[in-house]
Formats: sequence, structure tokens, C-alpha cells
Amino acid sequence: MNQNHIDRQEFNITVYTEHHVGLLNRIATIFSRRKMNIESLNTSPSEIEGIHRFNIVINETEDVIRKLTRQIEKQVEVLKVYYHTNEDVIWQEMALYKVPTDVIAEKALVERLLRENGARAVVIRKDYTVFETTGHREETDNLIKVLQPYGLIEFVRSARIAIIKGSEGFNRKLREFERAEPGSETLENEYLNSREKIFSM
Amino acid sequence: MLTQEKQAPELLEEKKTISGGEALIRGLLKEGVDTIFGYPGGAIMPIYDSLYDYRDQVNHVLVRHEQGGIHAGQGYARASGKVGVVFATSGPGATNLITGLADALIDSTPLVCITGQVFAHLLGTDAFQEADVISISAPVTKWNYQVTDASEIPEALAKAFYIAKSGRPGPVLLDITKNAQLQQFTCGEHTPCYHVRSYRPKPIVRKEYIQQAAELINQAKKPFILWGQGIVLGSAEQEFKAFIEKSGIPAAWTIMGAGAIPSDHPLNVGMLGMHGNYGPNVLTNECDVLIAIGMRFDDRVTGRLDKYAKQAKVIHLDIDPSEIDKNVKATVPVWGDCKETLPLLTELVEAKNHPEWLQKFNDYAAEEVAQVIQDELHPTSGEMTMGEVMQQLNELTNGDAIIVSDVGQNQMVACRYAKLNHTRSNITSGGLGTMGFALPAAIGAKFGAPDRTVVAFAGDGGIQMTIQELGTIMQSGVDVKIIIVNNQFLGMVRQWQQLFHERRYSFVDIISPDYIKVAEGYGIAGKKVSERENLRSALQEMLAHKGSYLLEVMVTKENNVFPMVPQGCSVSEIRLK
Ligand SMILES: Cc1ncc(C[n+]2csc(CCOP(=O)(O)OP(=O)(O)O)c2C)c(N)n1
Repeated sequence: MNQNHIDRQEFNITVYTEHHVGLLNRIATIFSRRKMNIESLNTSPSEIEGIHRFNIVINETEDVIRKLTRQIEKQVEVLKVYYHTNEDVIWQEMALYKVPTDVIAEKALVERLLRENGARAVVIRKDYTVFETTGHREETDNLIKVLQPYGLIEFVRSARIAIIKGSEGFNRKLREFERAEPGSETLENEYLNSREKIFSM
Repeated sequence: MLTQEKQAPELLEEKKTISGGEALIRGLLKEGVDTIFGYPGGAIMPIYDSLYDYRDQVNHVLVRHEQGGIHAGQGYARASGKVGVVFATSGPGATNLITGLADALIDSTPLVCITGQVFAHLLGTDAFQEADVISISAPVTKWNYQVTDASEIPEALAKAFYIAKSGRPGPVLLDITKNAQLQQFTCGEHTPCYHVRSYRPKPIVRKEYIQQAAELINQAKKPFILWGQGIVLGSAEQEFKAFIEKSGIPAAWTIMGAGAIPSDHPLNVGMLGMHGNYGPNVLTNECDVLIAIGMRFDDRVTGRLDKYAKQAKVIHLDIDPSEIDKNVKATVPVWGDCKETLPLLTELVEAKNHPEWLQKFNDYAAEEVAQVIQDELHPTSGEMTMGEVMQQLNELTNGDAIIVSDVGQNQMVACRYAKLNHTRSNITSGGLGTMGFALPAAIGAKFGAPDRTVVAFAGDGGIQMTIQELGTIMQSGVDVKIIIVNNQFLGMVRQWQQLFHERRYSFVDIISPDYIKVAEGYGIAGKKVSERENLRSALQEMLAHKGSYLLEVMVTKENNVFPMVPQGCSVSEIRLK
């Protein structure tokens, strides 16, 4: 699976699933079995009750990603899987930074710093202040560099969440799964329509 | 498919308070289960207690090891086409199932395994005989689920059966905590499951792909069909036969597909893969259209992928979309149940014959007979061969037996040479290659197909892996014929050591017990044969014997299975010696 290093790029895999115990494990082993690392993983409830959405970021070739998404979709409790390149999505990561309040108040031009990095203060206490910013990896990384000299105490970054630029009708499709009985000709064979592009069935 | 309305009267029946354990047994009966292979233990005792009340309605076969239990379940499922059912207790009972689960998953065998689990309040406390069975079994099950409340049992069980047998079948495991088995609850009538919203077992067939496939086939000069177990799993043997007979296309099989059409069908050109027949392997790289039906291009079938059928347009019929383009890129993907897609395709293909092309297969076959098969099946001097044992057996059963092979040389010989008149007659561990499979799987097969002769065909290594199942035979009285072809080696590994490791025979020398005495200890009749002149009569005696029989045949120590596609080579580089 590790050939063609040059063709590798980040892919955003979107998985809609039932909210079931053990499913995370099943999805994770699809990657671990192939000795692949997950770059980022977010899982949270979707807009529909009982349906969860995973955002998984993987650095791989498209050929491999296509096969993997089919393996994921094969899991009984997975509703749908899509994959997209970074160009196809709008994505964000959130980061929190904890710094000593005295230092930051004394030495840094807090105001400017926040503005330049699109950050905001979430908590200001006597002993520490927590800043928050959202953006791409480089942006959140950048603020680490800025804050490091001011005695950064703790840093945390969320997984990536991504919204798909061309996701017209997603919500509608998803709603179809709420029906108790199988739908007619819908969903199932879309994958054959766009074999080389977006995977979906 | 039943509609909701049709099920309604059942639902109206009176509700009763019963235990989770009893609900499980009743559910199994409603699903039509007649045989359970199992082994009790602490965490599954309430289920066994309920089973005691229903022992007249369902046959429980007490195995000697849970691995034997699950292989028996596989044999049962493969012979009967029904779902195999297996019981095991928590912890070691459940972990002993893992090999069988992996085997059933890769070979698409429908199973429902029920494991007991510690009380729900003890989960995660390292309780006695607690193992994280859901996590351990996740990668080797199609679906698994832990039940911690009795009220979940009816629905979980119905779902388990539905998932196990629908779409591409596979093993399912339900892990039921002891409290749920004991819990009294109001149990409604069992309602079968026909739909799981996140699960699409069967796609709707797309006509345009059928059309494209038919066009390719109609233009083809040298079309070639590869078929796998999908034909058997889809019960599409008749549809398949109609397709090849109308199109006149030569067809070869993977070992999992063997027997879907009879061995002697004129368009059946033989076995694919590493130890398959000469013609099908060589001509894979000569055909212009390759039609793969219900097979998954396993590496043992394709050899080196970048030199595999590169000249051909590939039509791939499969029910599992993840198989399409997985190993071999399909020019036309026909995603669907072959029971539906094949008749559509048959309608559109032109009735044809391909006499010259078929002749090529026959020419290669003649060469293979001259160079390999004749000596293997009809040796006149020297020690016995595995092939002649199979050949004599074919002559005596006329190809009507179910052959359950183990793994190794014996398996390749059995698959290559067994005459199969009927579908569901070649039972072997194809994808996982699990030594020790044959004996327990043969026991299960006999329960699944009681009217048929079932022959286990194993090596001296494999038989010793699950030989304790002779105890299951003794206790259940099942009639299984066991042939041990004893070459005093772990033959297949020795063959590789001879061919690829300069005859450095590293730990392949294996000693056997006195099998006849072992069989005798279990009350099973047996005989050992070392001379050719006694072989046929011994086989006759075995087949005529009422009840199980163990026949040990001493064969040449250092015989090799040929032809062979050496690992890393292309199928067309197949060697005859
Ligand atoms: C459980 C398991 N362990 C190891 C192997 C590796 N293996 C494949 S074939 C073989 C030799 C089998 O020897 P035997 O049962 O005597 O059969 P023969 O090849 O001689 O017919 C071995 C060890 C295996 N397939 N399964």
C-alpha cells in the first residue's frame, strides 16, 4: 500500500454511521490492518439523530483511498462513505492555547496578537488565559510559535472537520435512511455513475 | 420478501414471560435451526439450561473443541446452504472460535455464533473468563453485537441471521452476557429481519452494464470465464450453466467454486491458480475477454498481478462492490447478485461455439495428462500417490460424494482430481488455508447433508490438529469417512523447501500415532493400507461400512504437486515439473 509516494496526498473521508458500540474499532482496524496511520479523526453526531459523522484524514494515493472507502462502506453499520481531496472541501481545525496571564498582559501586545491570528480569548483568569483559534494547520501552528516565548503552558488541537464543496442534497440523502423500509432505486448505484470520482453507493 | 402485513398475525400472539436464554432457543427454532454445534461453560449455562427443555426439537452436537465446533458449523453451512449455528462459552470458549471466524469470513460462509459473556456489571473488571470478544472478533466477523439485556435478544438474533445469510454471506457473532440470559422478560413472537437501514446487501442491477458486458462477449474471439463460490452462494448453478452453454465459452474454477457445474461438463476446462490446470492458467494470458463471476482474484489464483491478463478486457460480476477493481481492474463492472445478472446476460449474448479456442484448452489438458496426471492418478509401480487414492475413490463413488479436504498437498490433490457431480460437494478452507479443517467440517457437512456420503481427505499433519473430533463422531454417531494420506511429512511445506530452499527440510518431518488404534479407542473402525493392491478393496470396505471409518493410506514421502505457479511468477509461467 505504500508505493507511489509522489501520488500521495491528503484525503478527507466522510463516513455516516449508526451510533453503535464497536464501530469505531471496526473502522480503525481497516487502516491499522494495512499499517496506515490516521492523520486526524473526528466523530460526532450529524444533523440527524442517531446518525454519526466521521471525518477521517489520510495521506495516501487515490487508488488506495478508493479501495479503503469501499471496505468502510462494507461495514454493516456504515450508511455512506465519501472521499475528497483538500481542494474539494472547506476544512477547519480548532486550537486552544493556555498562557500565563501576567506574562501575556505585560509583554505581549495582546490586542494585536489576537487580531493578527484571528484568535479570541475564551477565558481570562488571574493565573492564566486561554486563547482559541480556528483555521488550517499552518495557522494554528503559527500561533504556537508566537506564544511559545510567552510561556505557553498547554496546547491542544481538535481533529479536522470538513464540509464538502459539492455536497448538494447530502442532507436529503441522509434523511432517506430514516425511513424504515428500503428505498427504491435511489442511492444504491450512484457509485457506478461516477466510478472514478466520488465513491458512494 | 414478506411484507409487514403478512407478519402481523404472528405478532398478535400472546406474549409470555420467559428468560433470555429461552428466547434465544425459541428464536433459533423460528429461524429454522435444526443443528447446533457447541460446547458449554459457565457464562453460557443459562442458554444450555433452556436448551435442555428443547432438546427434542433441535440437535445439539457436543464437539471436543470450539474450533471443531465452528468448523463443523462451516461444513454444515457449506453442505446445506443454511446458516451454521455455533455455541461457545465466554473467554477461552470464545477465543477458540477465532480461527473459524476468520476462515468463514474470508470464505463467505454464513454462521451465527453465540458466545456467553460475564455478567454485564463485571464487564471490564477482568472477571473470571472475561475476554473482550467483541473487539477480538470484530475484524473476523461480518457483524457482531453484545447483548446485555434480554429484551434485545429477539431482534439481535433476527438481525444476526439476516446479515449472516444475505448479500455476501459471512460469520456473525452475538455475545450475550449471563444476566441477559437469566433475565425474565416479556417476549413477543419472533419476527424475522428483512432490512437493516445501513446495510445494502444486494444492489439493483444496472442494465447498461449488462449491455456493455454482452457487447464485449459477443465481439470476443477468445472469451474465458472464471467462476468462484459466488455461483454456489447465490444458488445460481442453473443460471450459470445456461450462460456458458449458450455462449459456448470455456470456464475454469477457483477451488471455492469447484462443483458448481459437474467436473465432466465439456465447457469445464479445470482449476485455476497456483496448483490449477495448465491450460486455464496459461490461457488467462491469451484470452481477449475475461469474465469473472463470483470470484475475487485471490493472489493464489492470479499469481503476479502486473502480469495477469493484461491483454484482456475484464468483466467482473460480483455482489460485493469492494471486490470490483480491488485486485484486477474491471473494464465492465457488473455489480449484483449473479442469480439476477446471469440470466440478463444470457439473454443478450449470442449463441456461439468457440471450437478452436476450446481446442487450445484441450491441447494443454492433453499435455498435462501426459506429463503430470497420468503418473499421479494411474501409477503402476513405486509407492502410492495421493492422486490415485482420489482417483480410486472417484471410481467407487462415481463423483457423488462430498469431499472435505484439509490443507496442503492433500487439498490440492483433492481439489484437482475429485470428481464432482453436484454443487456444494467440495468443502475446503480456501482463503485461510486452515489445517485441521477437514475432520470437523466433514462432521458438520454430514449433519447438513445426511443423505450424502461425506469423505474427509486429510494429511498426517492436518488430521492431528483436530483429531480430538473423533470423540464428536463417537458420541453423535455421525457417519463420516476419513482418509488420511500419510506422507510422513508436512508435505506442502516440504515441497516448498525442496523447490525453493535447497531441500533444507526444516521441521517438516512429522510423526504420527497409530491412527487405527486411535480410531479404535474412539470406537471407530479403521484400516491402514501400504500396498497398492489393497487400496481399492480398502476404499470399498470404507464406503460400505455402516458408520464412520478411518482409512490411513501410506503414500510416497517426497511427491510434489504439479503444475505449479511459483510464488511471484505470472500464471503463464506455470511449471509442469
Ligand atoms: C493451522 C495451520 N498451520 C500451519 C499451516 C502451514 N501449512 C500449510 S500446508 C502445511 C503442511 C500440511 O501437512 P499435512 O497435513 O501432512 O498435509 P500434506 O501437505 O502432506 O498433504 C502446513 C504446515 C497451515 N496452513 N495451517
